[in-house]
Amino acid sequence: MLLIKNGRVIDPASKTDAAMDVLLDGELVKELGAPGKFAPLKDAEIFDAVGMIVAPGFIDLHVHLREPGQESSETIETGTKSAARGGFTAVCCMPNTKPVHDNASITRFIVDKARMVGATRVWPIGAASIGSHGEAIAEIAAMKEAGIVAVSDDGKPIATARLTRLVMDYCRSLDLPVIEHSEDVSLAAGAVMREGVTSTRLGLRGMPAAAESVCVARDVQLAQLTGACLHVAHLSAKGSLEQVRAAKAQGLRVTCEVTPHHFTLIDEDVQYDSRFKMNPPLAARADREALIAGLADGAVDVIATDHAPHEPALKDVEFDRAPFGILGFETAIALTLEQLVQTRKISLARMVELFTTGPARVLGMERKLAAGQPADVTIFSTTHEWTYNVSDSPSKSRNSPFDGRTFKGAPMATIVAGRIKYRRQ
Amino acid sequence: MGFRVGFTNPEVKEVVTYRFRDLLALEPLSAAELTFLLDQSKPFQEIQRHPLKKLATLRGKTVALAFFETSTRTRISFNTAASRLGADTMNLQAEASSLKKGETLLDTAFNLNAMKPDCLVMRHSASGAADYVAGRLDIPVINAGDGTHEHPSQGLLDALTIRDRKGTIENLNVTILGDLSHSRVARSNIHLLGKFGCRFTLCGPAMWVPRELENIAPGTAIRSVYKIEEAVEDADVIIMLRVQTERQHEASISANDYILGYQLNAERLKRAKPDALVLHPGPMNRGIEITPEVADGPQSCVLEQVTNGVAVRMAILYLLTAGEVEGGAAHPATQAVPGTPATHNRRATDRSTEQPISKGKDS
Repeated sequence: MLLIKNGRVIDPASKTDAAMDVLLDGELVKELGAPGKFAPLKDAEIFDAVGMIVAPGFIDLHVHLREPGQESSETIETGTKSAARGGFTAVCCMPNTKPVHDNASITRFIVDKARMVGATRVWPIGAASIGSHGEAIAEIAAMKEAGIVAVSDDGKPIATARLTRLVMDYCRSLDLPVIEHSEDVSLAAGAVMREGVTSTRLGLRGMPAAAESVCVARDVQLAQLTGACLHVAHLSAKGSLEQVRAAKAQGLRVTCEVTPHHFTLIDEDVQYDSRFKMNPPLAARADREALIAGLADGAVDVIATDHAPHEPALKDVEFDRAPFGILGFETAIALTLEQLVQTRKISLARMVELFTTGPARVLGMERKLAAGQPADVTIFSTTHEWTYNVSDSPSKSRNSPFDGRTFKGAPMATIVAGRIKYRRQ
Repeated sequence: MGFRVGFTNPEVKEVVTYRFRDLLALEPLSAAELTFLLDQSKPFQEIQRHPLKKLATLRGKTVALAFFETSTRTRISFNTAASRLGADTMNLQAEASSLKKGETLLDTAFNLNAMKPDCLVMRHSASGAADYVAGRLDIPVINAGDGTHEHPSQGLLDALTIRDRKGTIENLNVTILGDLSHSRVARSNIHLLGKFGCRFTLCGPAMWVPRELENIAPGTAIRSVYKIEEAVEDADVIIMLRVQTERQHEASISANDYILGYQLNAERLKRAKPDALVLHPGPMNRGIEITPEVADGPQSCVLEQVTNGVAVRMAILYLLTAGEVEGGAAHPATQAVPGTPATHNRRATDRSTEQPISKGKDS
């Protein structure tokens, strides 16, 4: 048994925000009670959460663990260790592995490997099309049986409108969400950052915001046509968000996520430093403002990291040649506190929602801190001061633009299935 | 390490010291620093007129020339500049490089550096490549063109050419014609001449003239127009850009369309001021962006640009590789006797202002 004492429990699902103790028994939550209710307990490990927030386990809906195939950049073991260090209890790994995760044997490999070495739960996302080539639909039903929670051709959009429609139809019958990397690849071809004054000044090829929003428009229309659950991944443009808003107003099952780097940084921060290169690229100032407004008012459902490790040898090249993507796990909570909570754009309860019930709803799950629920708990501080040193990360990669940044607020402990997987020293 | 250069400011009769590490871009340089660079080029222009052009200023020094993108003019110009200063050169060309064998740019640069050159002149197709390499090498890096970012020595030689002909580079109407979106020359021109109050008119088909260019240099008046007649009206300087007919990207328009809309011919040139200058960084496509009549006419500066290119590059190489050079001693190019190494021992006065004029390096 594990007793989490003296913390402030924030549980959006039950609208709880109160000082409570939480008793975990094995892999499940046993009971929540007023402070002191469970003391003294024999044989119970005690975690003193005084001054800390105790929340349902955070879910990262968008991550790249690089296994199988790119183990020099990350593995299921190192990636989930980094995730646990970032306060996540479950991560959804994208299928752009090598080979592409488009069949049930790879699903089973990931699930089994995660069970053996994973520091967090791993919920795989399967490819929508075979090889993510956008030609033929993948074995989605078989992958679902093996454990996938959604489909996506992430890294690129599902290639054609017709195939997207087929995948959406099929996934509606399978009760799976379709997660879309929205990008018109012809508009984005060759681009390495967002098109704007900065890209023009630096002479770097830019993709316009429309590269994302025209694809969102396509997908929203197809979600309407098919009735499928569409989740727009790493949404970065104001125009895309407006379309998600409109879709929600129409009652469509459309949701979206925003990454910490898109609500923290903008295109003007890019200075030929490949740690600032990701896709979708850092957007304009006005986009960032729109995303923050959406995070506050509910237009955005989820904060997801798009944790995208690339080993130093790949990333330490000319900006044009560097692969897209940055690390995300270990700075997500701190950036959310810094950018959104400490600036009073959102409440703590809303923050917890964006990491728990938000992603759970996309996946058709529950996420709450209540008796009988899985004993997944994220404990974080809003005051702990620390400096992020990427060299301390268990991740195999070092591609973070936030290396050396000092934060106020941090993940303090991560509990998965009743066991403390990470504890800040 | 530092590469300090002193010069006497005639106005205050004191030595002002600038700190040079690299020359990566003109954007971060101040008007005073740019003026200094142009002034330093003057004596080297003289050298180009001497029957014996070789100095010994950089004797014993080695200049590495790494051209990861094909170039004829700029490479030969830097090579000539280095040899006229008495330096040895090592040449790397993309075709002969190990890049095709999978070596990274950084490894190539480290390997070149291991042969102990005193500076690296590099051209690369990736914007920011010189900046990237400069941040990791302990020798000065001179950007000879990086992608569509900047071409600092071209910007300087253009300004020198204009200043020689017009007597000033202040408050001129400058028109740039052609594919602005892919032009590093245009960006360097804007960042240099803009600091002297020049007003810019950018002209070409709209997909070659992104509106964002109007805002790349805050404080500089830049407008975009799409009709050449409007663009050349009242111009003091017209800078032509090469139409890249060999590079068929999807935004190319046909040569016929370009000639119809944007070719600079004598008729169109008449709309500019009578003493307007015509510049072209070369190589020219005669009969496409410019008619032979204009290219060879009295207003054309194209060959002066090439001559000035050697002088500007001599100045750059001298300033960045001569080592600690302080005080207002005679410029090496004014020392008549070839073979005298440039040694300047006068101390900088207390008015020395050290400013980093490059980015990407600690100083």
